[in-house]
Amino acid sequence: MGNVLLIAEHSHGKFPKTTLVGLTAAKELASKTGGTCIGLVLGQGVDALAGELAEYGVNVVAVDAAPLAHYVADAYTSAIAEIVAQKGVEVVVGTATAMGKDLLPRVAARLDAGIAPDITGIVDARTFQRPMWAGNLIATIAVESTPRVVSVRSTAFDAAAKGGAKGTVEKASPAVTGTTKFISFNETKSDRPVLTEASIVCSGGRGLKSGENFTTYLEPLCDALGAAMGASRAAVDAGFVPNDLQVGQTGKVVAPTLYVAVGISGAIQHLAGMKDSKVIVAINKDEEAPIFQVADYGLVADLFKAVPELTEEIKKLKHA
Amino acid sequence: MKILVTVKRVPDPESTLKVNAEGTGFVKDNLKWVVNPFDEIAIEEGLRIKEKVSGTEVVLVSIGDKAAQEQLRTGLAMGADRAVLVLSDAELDPLAVAKVLRKVIETEKPDLVLMGKQAIDDDSNCAGQMLAELLGWPQATFASELKLAADAKSAQVTREVDGGLETLEVPLPAVVTADLRLNEPRYASLPGIMKARKKELKEIPIAELGVDTTPRVKTVKLATPPKRQAGRKVESVQELVRVLHEEAKVI
Repeated sequence: MGNVLLIAEHSHGKFPKTTLVGLTAAKELASKTGGTCIGLVLGQGVDALAGELAEYGVNVVAVDAAPLAHYVADAYTSAIAEIVAQKGVEVVVGTATAMGKDLLPRVAARLDAGIAPDITGIVDARTFQRPMWAGNLIATIAVESTPRVVSVRSTAFDAAAKGGAKGTVEKASPAVTGTTKFISFNETKSDRPVLTEASIVCSGGRGLKSGENFTTYLEPLCDALGAAMGASRAAVDAGFVPNDLQVGQTGKVVAPTLYVAVGISGAIQHLAGMKDSKVIVAINKDEEAPIFQVADYGLVADLFKAVPELTEEIKKLKHA
Repeated sequence: MKILVTVKRVPDPESTLKVNAEGTGFVKDNLKWVVNPFDEIAIEEGLRIKEKVSGTEVVLVSIGDKAAQEQLRTGLAMGADRAVLVLSDAELDPLAVAKVLRKVIETEKPDLVLMGKQAIDDDSNCAGQMLAELLGWPQATFASELKLAADAKSAQVTREVDGGLETLEVPLPAVVTADLRLNEPRYASLPGIMKARKKELKEIPIAELGVDTTPRVKTVKLATPPKRQAGRKVESVQELVRVLHEEAKVI
């Protein structure tokens, strides 16, 4: 009868889709443990966020403290551990985002708990499915400790919607300790949709040859489709685009309605980040490229000719 | 200063893993084994610090069976000073790994622990964070840049996070985990390989450490997911737009 605590990550005063996906998984888990689902909002000036989370039909604990203004693992872990003890928590749930991946193992160690990282399925209150080996193996794992910790892959569940009886909001003031100092955040600015939220993603690979070509060829295609832009590891390693655009085993995992891979060969490490997309299109001049083995529609062509043509055709279609 | 770098023996990333008949693990015969690629980056970072800060010792640690000697020798050939292999036939879960490492660290007393951000076999991405917590040290994961302060009492670490790059300052000792773009690891030179044979590689049976490695997590089953089927080739951009609009109805 233990409770389930969702660590509700937020950014720029909003809950990203990844958090709402985590909430769906947390509610499902609470139905299996027989406890209640509690949302935990940590930060500075989080009253509005706490109120918003309650509208999803969960009770909320809000911790408002200056040392939590910027996320750092040690300070957040100290606060979370105290709430876990206070609230009779059986399962701590977070998201497999950069923050969740950094935070949740540390929380698990503090609680001497087992962790199921990056889960894609819930079998029962302690048994989960998760991908391994770049998604080429699916493991079913049992976490035998109580409490236990879970991070949720953002493509594996639907985002929760508002509704149900509005939950309560309770303020808590756990002790916050840590020695890590936040210095700066150099944010990649973009007007395009967020990679992990977009229904269409266009990604570029080494075939684009330069960062300038991302701007000249891929960005107009993204804009014509209203798509988020992504990239293969090779393109990021070569310095064509920033790291946060990387799709793959060690980057972001996406599953949009439409994924367009441009000049990407399709290494297993890349496929791990996009093979659950609904429809995959590949444009590559090498007809032997492994990306064609997972693509629903493949076009063997020189991308420098095909992509501008595709952009124009899509614009025509949208104006028709 | 003393830097401890962790090394995991993993199948070559290009291998295709087959699930065994019992569905409890993967078939380990006839695989090529390598140093976990992220650990190679961690070793390289340790060596670069050693080249800048005189008197630095780089110690490698692995947990595994005797075969893991091979990966430690690789790291020694790259330029690390000595290695410790904690002998264990059992697969450990991330928390048990962190507990074993803590025990080694209590003896070695390094100023900095460098690890790969994840092992490419189980993709857990947990051991570094867990180790930092067990030691009560700060952590900086997914590092793309590591700058030691002049007095080597702290480090500024740039991290690859969602939406951009974040910079943290951590007092030492600390745990830092390497992301892909921290550096490009060197290859071992022939003289390096020769020298590595004579470097110390100490083996410690895991039982001697007196660590409770009871797993918190057990693998119930391992399976291969259904393969995505290849679709078809289209002849032109016009045809592509038509099928996406009329057939797939995604634009």
